Amino acid sequence: MTKADLVDLIYERVGSSKKEACEVVEEVFKIIEDSLRQGGKVKISGFGSFTVNHKHARRGRNPQTGITIIIDSRRVLSFKPSQVLKHLVADGAKRTV
Amino acid sequence: MTKRGIIEELLARHQKFSRRQSETIVNAMFEEMASVLAHGGRIEIRGFGSFGVKQRGARQGRNPRTGGMVEVEAKRVPFFRAGKELRAGLNGAEQDAAARSA
Repeated sequence: MTKADLVDLIYERVGSSKKEACEVVEEVFKIIEDSLRQGGKVKISGFGSFTVNHKHARRGRNPQTGITIIIDSRRVLSFKPSQVLKHLVADGAKRTV
Repeated sequence: MTKRGIIEELLARHQKFSRRQSETIVNAMFEEMASVLAHGGRIEIRGFGSFGVKQRGARQGRNPRTGGMVEVEAKRVPFFRAGKELRAGLNGAEQDAAARSA
């Protein structure tokens, strides 16, 4: 599934133009991104939550050359699926077996 | 921010859609994505990231309370990997510049 499939879905559900459906789907992801950029947490019930974690700078090593380098402190994104989604995915597996 | 917050923000940014429509849009998107994952599918959103399902094998686990051995069945778990643009965005251009000059 790609963004285009979501656009088609919204186009059918809301009865807007394709262009508007495309804009709105992109906007939803943009909203999530903007919120995460500000360091916020985004929680979507029934789906999961996105959180931003801070990683300290640390000394790393290039495994190929063995040269020690400093890995700068950075922010990483983590996604935690909700219980509902976890169960949906796990049960889906059972049905196909 | 919660799903409610996304709907409110969408209303503020896109005056073309009513509250009802905005609710439908946000709910439909995530229900559809959950459904795709439930069927073992993969989702790719350019610039944002990708969602997928990973197979975990059966393993021997332990009940942390009793210490007894338990069988953990094989299962499928959803995962997310942030896209390049999103990862870069989190660390901001200004932060990169500061790191380079330091």
